This record gives sequence, structure tokens and C-alpha cells, in this order.
Amino acid sequence: MPEPRPSPARSVLGSLVLIGVVVAGSAAAFAYTAGWLSPERLTPWKMLEALAPPSGPALGHRRNHAKGICFTGVFESNGNGAAISRASVLAAGQHPALGRFNLGTPNPDAADASVRVRGLGLRIMPPNGQEWRMAMINAPVFAASTPEGFHELLVAAGSKDPNAIKVFAEAHPEFAPFGAWAKTAPWTGSYAEDRFNGLNSFIFTDSSGADHAVRWSLLPQAQVVPVTQDDLKKLDPDFLEQEITERVRSGPQRWTMTVTVANPGDPTADPTKAWPEDRRTIEIGTLVVSRIEAEADGPCREINFDPTVLPPGMRTSDDPFPAARSSVYAKSYDLRTAEAKDYPRTVTGPKP
Amino acid sequence: MNAIRHHFSPLQRLLHWVMAVCILTMLFIGVGMVSTVMPKYVPLVSIHKTLGSVILVLALIRLVTRFYYGAPPLPADLPEPMKLAAELSHYALYALMIGMPLLGWAMLSASAYPVELYGGIYLPAILPQSDSLRTLLWNAHFYLAFAFFALILMHVAAALFHALVRHDGVFEAMAPVPIHDEATRAENRSELAARP
Ligand code: HEM
Ligand code: HEM
Ligand code: HEM
Repeated sequence: MPEPRPSPARSVLGSLVLIGVVVAGSAAAFAYTAGWLSPERLTPWKMLEALAPPSGPALGHRRNHAKGICFTGVFESNGNGAAISRASVLAAGQHPALGRFNLGTPNPDAADASVRVRGLGLRIMPPNGQEWRMAMINAPVFAASTPEGFHELLVAAGSKDPNAIKVFAEAHPEFAPFGAWAKTAPWTGSYAEDRFNGLNSFIFTDSSGADHAVRWSLLPQAQVVPVTQDDLKKLDPDFLEQEITERVRSGPQRWTMTVTVANPGDPTADPTKAWPEDRRTIEIGTLVVSRIEAEADGPCREINFDPTVLPPGMRTSDDPFPAARSSVYAKSYDLRTAEAKDYPRTVTGPKP
Repeated sequence: MNAIRHHFSPLQRLLHWVMAVCILTMLFIGVGMVSTVMPKYVPLVSIHKTLGSVILVLALIRLVTRFYYGAPPLPADLPEPMKLAAELSHYALYALMIGMPLLGWAMLSASAYPVELYGGIYLPAILPQSDSLRTLLWNAHFYLAFAFFALILMHVAAALFHALVRHDGVFEAMAPVPIHDEATRAENRSELAARP
């Protein structure tokens, strides 16, 4: 072994300083990457803070769309989707489906008639471990064109200033179509009569390798009976889950799934902008809801309907929302699974 | 221990440096991805899962090479507590190189996420879905990630101390390119055999 060569004192000091600089520099780079030195960075955590009601989040529950009811069924693919995506889930066939009807509120005890946005989380499971997860709402367009814009909207909605939303809407004209829908669109008395829209655009890749930008929707096959919010306010605060439980007990409920393909130049990155009506729309199959499941202790509870969980043949587009949603849903999921004791599994809801 | 200080075998050195780059990348990607809502979140998570799985495979290969080739002894004049610290920290680093990817994989399994790697490769679930398990694993993956980074900083400081202050051949033993004479595998093995 070479004899240790003791260094002269000055060079030892220099070496120690160098080592200190390397270690401190690495730690600082790490802290910077983690965002600890950038308080202005929009993090999943900040998004959740903005979503939470003034009294704080409902522990153990989803940080948004907290009220809901779980279901199981099948997705019957008719094979038409195979023309635009090589995903095996779109070849003709039947695949198990798990989903959740829900209300766009962070309050799991909200009265059903008080919530304008209704949603549907869905997980379709073709063989080989692949999955197609999505979360859709009844609005025809989204309320914000970027995740940053959505954060601003949440902050405005949570603000004590009664004018905050007005100020936001003036600064963000892209909010108008959503605002108009929320004010004027008729309500329905049943999840089974609601149309659910994916709103975000994704890329489908067909078997020749060509890409197609798409958005998808679920169209109710049930007869739609428009009602007013005032009609609904007279009903039980949980009428939606009671009604869907009854309805599914008397027979499976169906939605037709459609995929709309963008023309070149259509706005794919902005979910506040609907595509023109005449775009090619393909019916790809039917969602059959055959059983309502328990919510507090059912198969949806520990599922995160993360819209970036896609089978090969589908991927995210230049739409910034799916990535933002994925990061925020993951944080929400981290928190609510860790808080399981605050949301007992024995909470009684309508029995399936 | 009267012979010259030997080197780790070239394969071990290759693995050490390739993995050092990969693991540091993983730590930075990990803390970076969970702090952003930007579109890069999706590719970062995909790289995190894929590179993490590659690290698991490399770590297992490395463990085999470690048993096969052994390690050159530390300098005889290194104080006992430092030898002990070096040995224990190396055990801990091995445990983390293997444990972190397993924790990540198990956490995703217990969360009922498909464990999809880059290129449409799916890993099977290694645990059933469970919120208590996934919380436990999440905490382990989280806290051990920071412990891992802290340990690596200490490891680097020690390596540089050997290289710049002690000049005792420890750094050369793992140097990415041969610095002094090359110990052959045969030498290494006879060295090993000679160890008590
Ligand atoms: C950046 C924008 C958005 C944020 C921050 C956000 C936030 C959240 C959060 C925190 C959850 C709870 C996740 C969980 O714990 O599992 C959630 C659920 C949900 N979100 Fe969003 N969301 C956003 C955009 C959207 C969009 C564009 C849609 C519709 C197209 C949507 C529809 C839904 C639905 C349907 C659920 C309920 C899924 C379930 O039943 O688990 N969200 N959202
Ligand atoms: C980033 C992650 C790193 C990890 C996980 C790591 C891990 C390890 C492990 C487990 C050993 C023991 C080898 C064995 O006994 O089989 C080792 C040895 C060594 N490492 Fe690292 N290392 C990393 C980075 C570095 C860096 C950046 C340097 C240099 C600045 C370095 C310098 C050394 C040296 C000189 C040795 C030989 C120690 C001896 O002779 O016992 N390592 N490393
Ligand atoms: C050497 C291997 C690995 C290292 C050093 C590592 C490190 C990290 C770090 C530093 C974080 C961020 C923790 C935080 O600040 O919240 C993280 C998060 C994460 N890691 Fe890893 N990881 C490794 C392997 C893996 C593997 C193999 C997987 C999956 C197959 C994985 C899945 C995840 C996931 C899903 C998260 C996000 C957790 C969440 O907050 O939801 N990791 N990892």
C-alpha cells in the first residue's frame, strides 16, 4: 500500500473547503430541485390548499369530488376505436369496469342539489395489466385554460372578497363558456341522465403509427328529463345516490362512449375551447353500469382515477391538465390513504 | 495486509460509477417530480419508475460481483471507528440501492396503480391493495430517500477526504479510470483468500 502522504496544512485546509463546497453545493441543488428555495412554484400541495374549504379538508376523503358512489360494470368495446388507436381496450370485446359517480365538491356531506358539477371516475381493465383510467364531468368545457388559471380560480372562489369571482372572470374571458353553462344549462335528477365529458385532449396512435388528437365523452342512453335546481332542492340531500342505486337495481344503466377527433389546428391544449360540432366523432362502445357498490368500504375507495393512466396506444397530448391532475390527485391520494382512520369504513350509505 | 493497496475489479468500478450517476439522478427526479404540476411531471414519473427498476437489477448484479470479487481491505492505519463507519455505511448503501426500488414498486402495487415502465412494460403487483400498507411504504420511500441522500453526501465527503487529504489509496481503489497500477482479478482473489 502507498504510504499515506500527509499534506501540508495549507493544502489540507483548501481540500477541506473544497469538500465542504461540494457537499453544500449538492445539498443546495437538491433543495432547489425539491422546490424548497422557490416558494412561488405551483406545487400539488398548493393546489390542494386552494381546493380546501375554509374549515379545512375533510380528512380521509378525496380532496375534490369528495361525495360520490361507487359502481362496477363492463365496458363493451364495439371495435370502431381500433381505427384510431391500437390500444387493446378498443378492439371489440368486453372489459371489467369500475367507476364512481361523484359531485365536484371537497365536502363529502354537501347536499346533492347544491353542486353544479357532477363527475364520473372510470377504470377499464383490459387484460395484461393494462388500464385506462379517466375522470370526466358534466360540463361541456372546463373553467380554466391552464392549471395556473385553475389555481387562480380556486383562490378567487375561496376568497372572502365577494367580487373575487367577478374580477377573475373579467381577467379571464376564457371562463365565460363554463360560466354560461353553469348558469343556464338544465339540471337532471339522475346520474343516469348525465352526459360526462373528458374535456382534456389525448393522443391516440393507430396501428400504422399515425397520431390522432382526441377528446371523449359518455352519452346517457337513459331518457333525459331536464329539471331545475329548485326542483332538486326539494329532494333528499342524498337523492342522487339513492336514485342511482334504485335505478341500477331495476336494470343496468348504459352510456355510449364517443371519441371526437380533432382537425389539424383545433385547440388541443385548452379545455375551455370546445371543438366545432362537425368533427369526426366515433362511437367506440358502451359503458354498462350493472351494480352499485358501497362507497366507504367499496372497491373505489382506494382507487385514484388518475387521467394519465393510459394503455399503450394512448398518451397525453400538449394539454397541460392531465399532468397537473395526475400530480395533484397523487398528493390527494397520499393524504387520504394516510388518513384512513378519519373516514371509517362503516359509514352507512345507501345499501347496494 | 502487507501487500500494495488493491483496486475494486473493473466491473465493480463500472457498476459503482454508473449507479452513482443513476442514483443521484433518481433522487433529484424524485424530489423534483413531486413538487411540480407542469407537463414534465408525467415523463419524470415514467423515468423515475423505469430507472429505479434498472437500478434494482444493477444493484443485484453488483451484490453478486461483491461476493465474487470481494473488496480491497481498507488501509491498516485507518482508525478502527472509521473502518467501522466505512463498512456500516457501505452496508447501508447496498441496502438502500436494493430497498428503495422495492419500496417504490411495492408502494405502487399496494396503491393499485399499474406499474408501467417506459416502453409499455408492466411489472406485476407484488402486494395486494391496502391503504395502511401503502402509507407505510410511502413513508419508508420518502424518509429513506432523504437518508439515502444524506448518506451519499457523507460518503462523497469521506471519499474526497481520502483522495485529497489522506492520499491513502482508498479513492484510487474505486477510481473510475485506473490511477495507479491495476490489480488483476487474480491478485484480488489471492488477497481475498489470504484474509482471515
Ligand atoms: C388542474 C385542474 C384540476 C385539479 C387541481 C383537480 C383536482 C382534483 C382532486 C384533488 C381530486 C381528488 C382525487 C383523489 O383523491 O382521488 C379530483 C377528482 C376528480 N376530478 Fe379533478 N381536478 C382538476 C381538473 C379536472 C378536470 C379537467 C376534470 C374533468 C374533465 C376533473 C374531474 C374530476 C373527477 C370526475 C374527479 C373524481 C374522480 C373520483 O371519483 O375519484 N378534474 N380532482
Ligand atoms: C451516488 C451514489 C453512490 C453510491 C450509492 C455509492 C455506493 C458505494 C458502495 C456501496 C461502496 C462500497 C463498495 C463495496 O464495498 O462493494 C462504495 C465505495 C466507494 N465509493 Fe461510492 N457510492 C456513490 C457515490 C460515490 C461518489 C460520488 C464517490 C466519489 C466522490 C464515491 C467514492 C467511493 C470510493 C472511493 C469507494 C471505495 C471505498 C473503499 O475502498 O472501501 N462514491 N460506494
Ligand atoms: C434507487 C431508487 C429510488 C430512489 C432513490 C427514489 C427516490 C425517490 C424520491 C427522492 C422521491 C420523492 C419523495 C418526496 O419528496 O415525496 C420518490 C418518490 C416516488 N418514487 Fe421513488 N425512488 C426510487 C425508486 C423508485 C421505484 C423503482 C419506483 C416505482 C416503481 C418509485 C416510485 C416512486 C413514486 C410513485 C414516488 C411518488 C410518491 C408520491 O408522493 O406519491 N421509486 N422516490
